[in-house]
Amino acid sequence: MRMRRDEAAVNVIARHRPLTRNEMAARVARDIPEGWYVNLGIGAPLLVADHVPVEREVIFHSENGVLGMGPAPAPDRINRWLINAGKQYVTLRTGGSYMHHADSFGLIRGGHLDLCVLGAFQVAENGDLANWSTSDNDSAPAVGGAMDLAVGARQVWVLMEHQTKSGESRLVRRCTYPLTALGVVKRVYTNLAVLDVTTEGFAVREMVEGLTLDALQKLTDAPLRGC
Amino acid sequence: MINKIVQSMAEAMAGIRDGAVVLLGGFGSIGQPNALIDGLIEHGAKDLIVVSNNAGVGRIGLARLLELGRVRKIICSYPRTVDPVVFEGLYRAGKIELEIVPQGTMAERLRAAGAGIPAFFTATGVGTKLAAGKEQREIHGRKYLLEEALAGDVALIEAWEADRWGNLTYRSSARNFNPVMAVAAKLTIVQAQHIVDLGALDPEKIATPGVYVNRVLHVPYGEPTVT
Repeated sequence: MRMRRDEAAVNVIARHRPLTRNEMAARVARDIPEGWYVNLGIGAPLLVADHVPVEREVIFHSENGVLGMGPAPAPDRINRWLINAGKQYVTLRTGGSYMHHADSFGLIRGGHLDLCVLGAFQVAENGDLANWSTSDNDSAPAVGGAMDLAVGARQVWVLMEHQTKSGESRLVRRCTYPLTALGVVKRVYTNLAVLDVTTEGFAVREMVEGLTLDALQKLTDAPLRGC
Repeated sequence: MINKIVQSMAEAMAGIRDGAVVLLGGFGSIGQPNALIDGLIEHGAKDLIVVSNNAGVGRIGLARLLELGRVRKIICSYPRTVDPVVFEGLYRAGKIELEIVPQGTMAERLRAAGAGIPAFFTATGVGTKLAAGKEQREIHGRKYLLEEALAGDVALIEAWEADRWGNLTYRSSARNFNPVMAVAAKLTIVQAQHIVDLGALDPEKIATPGVYVNRVLHVPYGEPTVT
């Protein structure tokens, strides 16, 4: 089983080029309309902000109490009291505001975010999300705000590699890693495809050039269907 | 005349007992009451239960308190932040108890304690291993977990400005957990960068009214460093 998947991977990769992390982030950014309030998870999702043009007013929220987060500051313009949830220095856009943690998570839990983009280890065909721990015996598990964001945002999109480094599919029938939330993921952007989570499972909306549905299916544990 | 400003660290720490539940403001290295934590170390209280979003950075502040073996249990959302060397060593050696709480649930449990709400329902964590042992109820067709308020004996808070009534302002994202913890403890102790005259703070900008504050110590430490 493992051999066949690896052989398939080699064959498929020969005919198409997977997106880079930045290209994946740019692809997500294309789908975010003006006026949305959006939280970006730590890691690759944070790159999405760099690909939303300033003239398209999308308001980014960081769960440590920043609404209207702007890009990283120039080295000589750092405000040392202003970081994002990933503990990086950021800026505040004109019109931005600060709030404390209970209000920040009230905003999340209360359904006031149009979108949260999260990274993940696995997404299941029923929308289950696993993105905080890879083992039930995790030495020191760290959940942060992942569970709050996953259940609170009006929609959750996932940005992740299609497969693990060892070639295991991250799109699965059922998550094997500890769950973050049940049935919350609406769409998945990978380095190979964009997929919607529907009541009938994963529906492929688009694929990178040179990839066929058959070839994508060979790289994916969960059953796929075209749109 | 009300005057909550204390002149020495010893005065600020007076009465903190062994076994106390200590709430520590801050997120990452911003808004951390590190001077007060050093004061708590000097004060000598042990067998503490600490509530903090992170489990200490490097070997300063909370990490130092942990390293000295003063903490029996830590309640936090994200122990695995940058450079948590001290915590991870203690945890692996079984020398500290860890309770992982989703970040928003932690903030709301604190807020609830300060607002006289003994428990509340949240969708965060439903269907995950963090739901173990918690009452679950379906309300209007959605599942929720019952989470109990989290009160402290002592809160250590970092603020930007303070006056003699204990009115506080915060700077940028250094607000984070500070106002939430200030309301949740029986004894709230503040380190403030600036002490200002009563009446100097714009009432519209006071984020923590003095009613929640017991003691204020002037600690003009300068700029936080992000690690």
